[in-house]
Amino acid sequence: MTDYFNEMYQNGAVRPPYARLEDWMKLMPAELRQMKQAEAESLFRRIGITFAVYGEGGDPDRLIPFDMFPRVFTGQEWSRLERGIKQRARALNAFLVDVYGRGEIVKAGRIPARLVYQNEAYEKAVVGFVPPKGVYSHIVGIDLVRTGPDEFFVLEDNCRTPSGVSYMLENREIMMRMFPDLFRENRIQPVDSYSERLRRTLASVAPAKCKGDPCIVILTPGHFNSAYYEHSFLADLMGVELVEGQDLFVEGEYVYMRTTEGPRRVDVIYRRIDDAFIDPLCFRPDSMLGVPGLMDVYRSGGVSICSAPGAGVADDKAVYTFVPEMVRFYLGEEPILNNVPTWQCAKADDLKYVLEHLPELVVKEVHGSGGYGMLVGPKATKDQVETFRKKIEDDPDNYIAQPTLALSTTPTFVAEGIAPRHVDLRPYCLVGEQIDLVPGGLTRVALTEGSLVVNSSQGGGVKDTWVLAE
Amino acid sequence: MLSRTADNLYWIARYMERADIAARLLEVGARISLLPSAHGYRSEWDSLLQSSGTADGFAKKYGDPVQRNLESWLFFDRDNPSSVASCITAARENGRIVRTALTSQVWDALNTAFQELRQMERKPRSELELSLLTEWVMRHAAMVRGAIDATLLRNDGYNFLNLGYYLERGDNTARMMDVKYYVLLPRIEFVGSGLDNYQWTTLLRAMGAHRAFHWAYGGEVTAAKIADFLILNPQSPRSLITCVAGMNNHLGRLAKAYGRVTRAQGKGAAMLAELETTTVEKVFDEGLHEFLSRFIGESAELGGLIHEGYLSGDVR
Repeated sequence: MTDYFNEMYQNGAVRPPYARLEDWMKLMPAELRQMKQAEAESLFRRIGITFAVYGEGGDPDRLIPFDMFPRVFTGQEWSRLERGIKQRARALNAFLVDVYGRGEIVKAGRIPARLVYQNEAYEKAVVGFVPPKGVYSHIVGIDLVRTGPDEFFVLEDNCRTPSGVSYMLENREIMMRMFPDLFRENRIQPVDSYSERLRRTLASVAPAKCKGDPCIVILTPGHFNSAYYEHSFLADLMGVELVEGQDLFVEGEYVYMRTTEGPRRVDVIYRRIDDAFIDPLCFRPDSMLGVPGLMDVYRSGGVSICSAPGAGVADDKAVYTFVPEMVRFYLGEEPILNNVPTWQCAKADDLKYVLEHLPELVVKEVHGSGGYGMLVGPKATKDQVETFRKKIEDDPDNYIAQPTLALSTTPTFVAEGIAPRHVDLRPYCLVGEQIDLVPGGLTRVALTEGSLVVNSSQGGGVKDTWVLAE
Repeated sequence: MLSRTADNLYWIARYMERADIAARLLEVGARISLLPSAHGYRSEWDSLLQSSGTADGFAKKYGDPVQRNLESWLFFDRDNPSSVASCITAARENGRIVRTALTSQVWDALNTAFQELRQMERKPRSELELSLLTEWVMRHAAMVRGAIDATLLRNDGYNFLNLGYYLERGDNTARMMDVKYYVLLPRIEFVGSGLDNYQWTTLLRAMGAHRAFHWAYGGEVTAAKIADFLILNPQSPRSLITCVAGMNNHLGRLAKAYGRVTRAQGKGAAMLAELETTTVEKVFDEGLHEFLSRFIGESAELGGLIHEGYLSGDVR
């Protein structure tokens, strides 16, 4: 039986960040709790924040379950995390500028050339191009797990278009609306400046050709996308247009959007579509989502695209192993946040170890996301392990493995009352002219007892995440 | 604003107005079924289906107009693009796409209607009384409309919403009249007979206007008065002139805001000029059916010009 770190209780005592929550929790009658839970659900439904799970069919207006029990960090805990997150975001961006430029890190032998240049996410179309302010990944979502009071590990980096920030903001809104007393009693740092900071970040990377106030837009795949709510929510908070590919066109050296008053020039595109769909002339000719000619305008400095095409090579699960090296190489610092030890099935020795220890490991696809196609050894049946073993043997390059981490738990409302459930954390780091982080993030919680999979597509829920003021 | 956003706003309004109309049709149909004349019952339902433009679809799916089927068709049936359920779903979907152009009150009104609709769809039909259903639709249509009027910025988006409302409403008034134009033909032998009276009243009821009519005109119900009320009276909220004047108002505001006049303004002005100068006598001289068909055509043309000038995305 693994001993999990409980973020609220340690040796029978309440840890300081949760000090004021114990009474709240104990004094809340079951009926009130149920009433509040129902209220939260109807609030979420009314604002229309829903999540459709790819490939599962069913209700497209499904809600991600919201757990009312907040997850809390002290200011001190947070300031260390903040330094670690910003450090990592800086290193990832330095890496991207380098590998699309001179490739010093490869030449220095600190990362294998094959992993970079033969990576599917390596975008040959942007080689030699340096985006404004040298930033490729403007919103870096770093997934963290905790295993002890001071032990945090980075599970993965998301350099392309990390989603979920709308939940961070809405969870807070709803908690403040339902439990104003909690916010009077606890000094909780606000997160609602996120949209303003995002806007500032995007404006700071406007192309040099843009004079005056840049015109910013969010590019969405459309209203059938599972994250459409978030796209429209952010556009609204920032006061910018939410466009689809069909709303944009290229003429001469610029990109324009189609408006009721005629064409209007666009300077910065916060895109929420994948590289492959940005420009059918450059990437996928079958894409209906993109804008023909956009990449030419981008490369000639007529428009900024955030995150920059090609940013995905930094968050690849095989490249992940080398992020601590990047921190040392580019910043000359020791990494503040550690990686989870990772075995690359592409390496013969690692593969051998992985196959021998499958029932203890978590195995993931290199390019997978959302908790799909993954094996959690200790929770899997014998059959599942054997099926997975075949998959790995067939295509070892496609898999990495990590030890099953003892993810921390926080108290969570469940049918029987309150029980510890495993959580992770995704903060959203903004990188532009400056580097910026709101005190908070999205806490995902595995609602099933014992489960370590927090993905919303696999029955995970979300919590409000507090950072206390010192 | 984005042309696509303007288009979505315009269609939110058209679909909400259409849902309201479907509910009014249902209410009128149900009222007629309470009258003793059995043969009238059937033809009335037919004409109501025709005015909603869905008679063929209904015949294909259900055959004879049995009340229960008619209720399903006009309210719940997703195969009927003009049913209440289809319209509210489409209005809400258009709203979801342009959340950023709506206030939270407008979105809340649209989304609440949709969520309640889904709850109703799960209930057994026997628990849903028709009068409650129609009342429900009109209440939610009014809530959306009210939220728009009370909370939305008077910007271009507001103009596109209103263009959608007025265009749909004017078109519908003309269609409803056209389906029953023969009742309004001034044929001496029918005037004042019981049959005609209830048919006229039916028409007015479908427009939610039979009380307003009596306030405005008083005395005998005549074909000329009804035609005047529904076509030429600017006091009547659903008359053709009210709808065309409303479109002109919002087209004028767009032209001013954008500093640019499109062909839609010209067309709107011409339609309004005609309605302002014509008389009921001239309308009947042309032939009511001919006049209405012409109006429906011109209204569609105006819709096309609005699309071309603002919504298509090819504006230069």
